[in-house]
Amino acid sequence: MRAARQRGARDREIRDIFSFCSDPATLDGIAWYLCYLTTGKHMAFYVSFGTVLLLLAITAPAAMAFGFGGAMAARSRIPPVSWLGKGYIAIVRGVPDIAFFLFFVIALDQAFEWTRHQVLCPDWDQPVRQGNDFVVCDAAKLPLGNAPQWVHELYGFGVAVLTFAIVFGAFAANVLYGAMRAVPRAQIETAEAYGLTRRQAFRRIVVPQMWVYALPGLSNLWMVLIKATPLLFLLGIEDIVFWARELGGAKTPRFTDYPHGDWRVWYFLALLVFYLVFTRVSEIVLDRVMARLSRGQATAAGEAQRKAA
Amino acid sequence: MKTLILGTTALALSAGMAFAQDTVRLGTEGAYPPYNYLDDSGEVAGFERVLGDELCERAELTCEWVTNDWDSIIPNLVSGNYDAIIAGMSITPEREEVVDFTQNYTPPSPSSFAAMSEDVDLETAVIAAQTGTIQAQHVSGMEGATLVEFPNPDEAVAAVTTGEADAIMADKDFLIPVVEDSSDMVFVGEDVPLGGGIGMAFRESDPELRAQFDAAIQSMKDDGTLNELIAEWLGEDSPKF
Repeated sequence: MRAARQRGARDREIRDIFSFCSDPATLDGIAWYLCYLTTGKHMAFYVSFGTVLLLLAITAPAAMAFGFGGAMAARSRIPPVSWLGKGYIAIVRGVPDIAFFLFFVIALDQAFEWTRHQVLCPDWDQPVRQGNDFVVCDAAKLPLGNAPQWVHELYGFGVAVLTFAIVFGAFAANVLYGAMRAVPRAQIETAEAYGLTRRQAFRRIVVPQMWVYALPGLSNLWMVLIKATPLLFLLGIEDIVFWARELGGAKTPRFTDYPHGDWRVWYFLALLVFYLVFTRVSEIVLDRVMARLSRGQATAAGEAQRKAA
Repeated sequence: MKTLILGTTALALSAGMAFAQDTVRLGTEGAYPPYNYLDDSGEVAGFERVLGDELCERAELTCEWVTNDWDSIIPNLVSGNYDAIIAGMSITPEREEVVDFTQNYTPPSPSSFAAMSEDVDLETAVIAAQTGTIQAQHVSGMEGATLVEFPNPDEAVAAVTTGEADAIMADKDFLIPVVEDSSDMVFVGEDVPLGGGIGMAFRESDPELRAQFDAAIQSMKDDGTLNELIAEWLGEDSPKF
């Protein structure tokens, strides 16, 4: 609510600049659109683009961390650790995303609250599960029941990032696992011949060389991650798809100062352009990274660079 | 050591008391005018916004509005993400199994069909409804008719205007403004009385809060303010108490 109120205040500030917006019914043409596109609802729409970009910016490194951990665990020579890594990769990759996003998030949230409940309220005598209800003491609630709305939103966003990181981490783990094994065996043997330990060989030989094998898979994953962001809406976050749908739906004069027909096609067209531009820019950047990584590598691309030089 | 643990426990418990229901979070859909929708500045508005604020004032509670997708509105209530649902939700025996309702704040009101032309044969029509509503349930029980479900009411209306469905079934109060403001949509067939009116839903483990709102609704029924609100937002012809 506080966020909404601030939005309202910001909205009014903009209103002061566009003071002619006070009576939209009298407007037409460009003035109408200027006012329409600066309503508080539209501001929330523009802000949600930032939410999506922020989610990507945090999720991508987090998923890489999960992926790296998963791949290292899967490669481990200690069987239980290796099973853990392989199990993580197999289970998360096998579960449909939508099931993961609908059920896992609620389970994760409840797991946090249950743990806090055990620690904070040891004297609680009622069952946590009461029929369909999940009841923990007030002090264990996450976020606390009296927390302002932005804390709830931030918490929801954090859970979303974690869920995305776990799901995409499993795919990244699989890619990295394959890439680590793709580093030519001769390289590792040479390292061993120089007296490097297994750990040293991994850090100095395998990891620096694996990226060129991992990048095609990772860039694919990045593209899929960009396209998967509308799943945020399932997690209760008001993302760009939510606002596009909300703003685009037909509006009758009774409930808005700016009545219009079904404009969803235009809003979704804007989303299409956003996603296409974003994926295109990503492609260009990733191509550059790939060219840089191929330099001096014993791969087809590396060989082509050597000949061209 | 023991006293230290006891001390912190006592602190945690007393803190827990202080937290108890400082703010009540009201969950709504924000996409079902005139009951609840987002206004131009993106805030929850509508019949239930005004009603909910008034109920909170009468129950002397601080309330906060939260929007949630209709599909997951009950799961998020029972897992504790908000404390009550006030989202045009009709009281039905199926929902009673999962959540507890207050007394209704609108009388049982009719649902109706709307289509682009009057000669749609509802017996064989493709009928749009929102997923998980009493109307969707009703259509699925109509022999010959085909149900197509949509995640929100807006899309169900759009399906009729684009011809994807022959007719829509929804609460009459929702359809009245849609039909009146549209040039070519008309009501078809007979109205059907469905559900036991609209009520607020609470967790089954939360009877005190439910009782507070129940009493507030009763007081609005007694002094006639609820009927005034219904007339203002849902139309003079909408059933009253």
